[in-house]
Amino acid sequence: MERIIKKLTETYGPSGREDRIREVIKEEVSKLADEIRTDYLGNLIVLKKGTASEQTKPVMLAAHMDEIGIMITHIDKEGFLRITNVGGLTPARLIGARFVLPSGQKGVVFHEPLKELKELDLEKMYLDIGAENQEEAKKHVTIGDIAVADEPMVSLGNRLIAKAMDDRIGCVVLIEALKKIKNNPNDIYFVFTTQEEVGIRGAKTSAFGLNPGLGIAVDVTMTGDTPEAKKMDVKLGGGAAIKVKDSSLITSPIVKDKMVEIAEKEKIKYQLEVLSRGGTDAGAINLTREGILAGCISIPCRYVHSPAEMVDKGDVEAAVKLLVKMIEEKIDF
Amino acid sequence: MLIKELTELPGIAGREGQVRSFLKEKLALEKLKLSVDAMGNMYARHEAKNTPLVMLASHMDEVGFMVMGYESSGLLKFAPVGGIDLRVVVGKKVYIGEEKTLGIVGAKPIHLQKKNERNKPFSRQELFIDIGASSEEEAKNKTKIGDQITFATRTEFISDRVMKGKAFDDRAGCTAILEILKSKPPVNVCGAFTVQEEVGLRGAGVAASNVKPDLAIVLEGTTASDVPESPEHRYSTTMGEGPAITLMDRSFLANQNLNKRVIELAEKEGIRYQLRRSNIGGTDAGRIHLVEEGIPTIGLSLPCRYIHSPVSLLNMDDWQGMVDLVTTILKDIAEGGFPLGKNY
Repeated sequence: MERIIKKLTETYGPSGREDRIREVIKEEVSKLADEIRTDYLGNLIVLKKGTASEQTKPVMLAAHMDEIGIMITHIDKEGFLRITNVGGLTPARLIGARFVLPSGQKGVVFHEPLKELKELDLEKMYLDIGAENQEEAKKHVTIGDIAVADEPMVSLGNRLIAKAMDDRIGCVVLIEALKKIKNNPNDIYFVFTTQEEVGIRGAKTSAFGLNPGLGIAVDVTMTGDTPEAKKMDVKLGGGAAIKVKDSSLITSPIVKDKMVEIAEKEKIKYQLEVLSRGGTDAGAINLTREGILAGCISIPCRYVHSPAEMVDKGDVEAAVKLLVKMIEEKIDF
Repeated sequence: MLIKELTELPGIAGREGQVRSFLKEKLALEKLKLSVDAMGNMYARHEAKNTPLVMLASHMDEVGFMVMGYESSGLLKFAPVGGIDLRVVVGKKVYIGEEKTLGIVGAKPIHLQKKNERNKPFSRQELFIDIGASSEEEAKNKTKIGDQITFATRTEFISDRVMKGKAFDDRAGCTAILEILKSKPPVNVCGAFTVQEEVGLRGAGVAASNVKPDLAIVLEGTTASDVPESPEHRYSTTMGEGPAITLMDRSFLANQNLNKRVIELAEKEGIRYQLRRSNIGGTDAGRIHLVEEGIPTIGLSLPCRYIHSPVSLLNMDDWQGMVDLVTTILKDIAEGGFPLGKNY
């Protein structure tokens, strides 16, 4: 599993530029799928047909392919690149970070001289790609290009750090579930969604198209287990997190209780997640058309939206197991 | 001149009636099929058999205010409808309601302000509108609660190519659509004149659900920040450098394949263009591209200096460039060159 986590997290793919990560995922799932397609927003939609003779509505699983990044807005005479955010960024977390452009050109983010660090904002920051002037910079970059963090995945034993764990780790869970699933009564659509980080957009259009009876998102969640962290009863190594609520979704008790029941029965390590801020694809699925039953399995993750997001391998395995058991149940809509 | 007449009409979000009637009259002359939906969006359809359907969208509403109540002295209390910088409204002439009652935005005069008050802008509670009434009763005879309030700005050229006026955002887009429809483009075109954009992009999603086009092009007004104190890397667009192609804003990330073709076409035809280099703001494109299973959408906008204020500037060369660019895109679609289709 480490191989695939490394491959997925290290691939380039900010919001709206998911082409490369989509191809990588496509390659991983192509032999396991009954049907693969891409819709206008760029969502990768992978069908695993159900075994039940009568099919009503399908189940939609969603994990987003896109990661946060920085868009180039201006190239100055000296060859420095001005930037703006694509997705939620904390400027201080970018200082000194290495980024890579779609051309493969690398660079470092830094800031203008400041009297105090609290003056820092993105407009005072830039990406330095080592160009000597504007002309040289333009060989590697065009206005509108999006750069992403350039960090390899590192294994710390049971725990891993990488950029874009949010939400490539969710994509890994979907791929692993697709590999492991033996008997799914319902048609299952594994959807690798786009543009989640800029406003949960891909899930909206794919859910409309598929019109599922149930949608389950797999995404990362925050933890409350670091020094002086805000109180939150989710911790790394505590198992798969079953979402109760975030700012986009109040999970239907039907879905949440079913997940808890399965986890108890199958002895899968789990924890309940109440997230005070943040949303996932499940929120968009939930409000599609006339309303769709939705839930979310979360992977606890430290340092979300930084170039070094940390997850626990045991939690990932628990999430895979819980998801597989969930979709092996016959669901009547 | 059409743009003068249209921009001088009052029409805040939810009160687009006069703008709609005016456009309806002009569109009827072109023998276009017209309809209006429950929200007030108006559609003008031009047919070209067996061709893709393109929706051109511009919003009819402008930023303004609404009458919320009265002081016993006859002064009017009001609330903004859409985003307006209240620092720029004091002393401006406004029209109130259907009768276009003239009023002035007033505030405590400078010699009555305490020293610390002079250093900060007025809050909404400190501003009022004065229609010269001497009592609440007199004010109520001339206006009523819920009346729309718009700036009484005249539209006129201040140089060869630059016009001043209000509501270029987005009546300039509306007139561009009218101009394009007049030219009888070689593909099916539905001009969608949308409502309530300024209060949260409300009409456009409904319009796109109705039209279900193969491609949508949003024609907008946008910020031009090419003014002193704004460093060059913070410019969003520059007035006079042509229509701006949107890369991203808070509501929308442009499709690269579509933008690539638009840029190719502009360069081939020698149409001056620029990229909109900022991620702030939102337009109807944000709603339209997410309708149903997703609609291919392009965002184009006209740089307007001092946008969302009593008076903004528009360069008519930029406007002509937008008309030319959209016309070129439509021709390219008819010739099968444009990357349509639902796949990325």
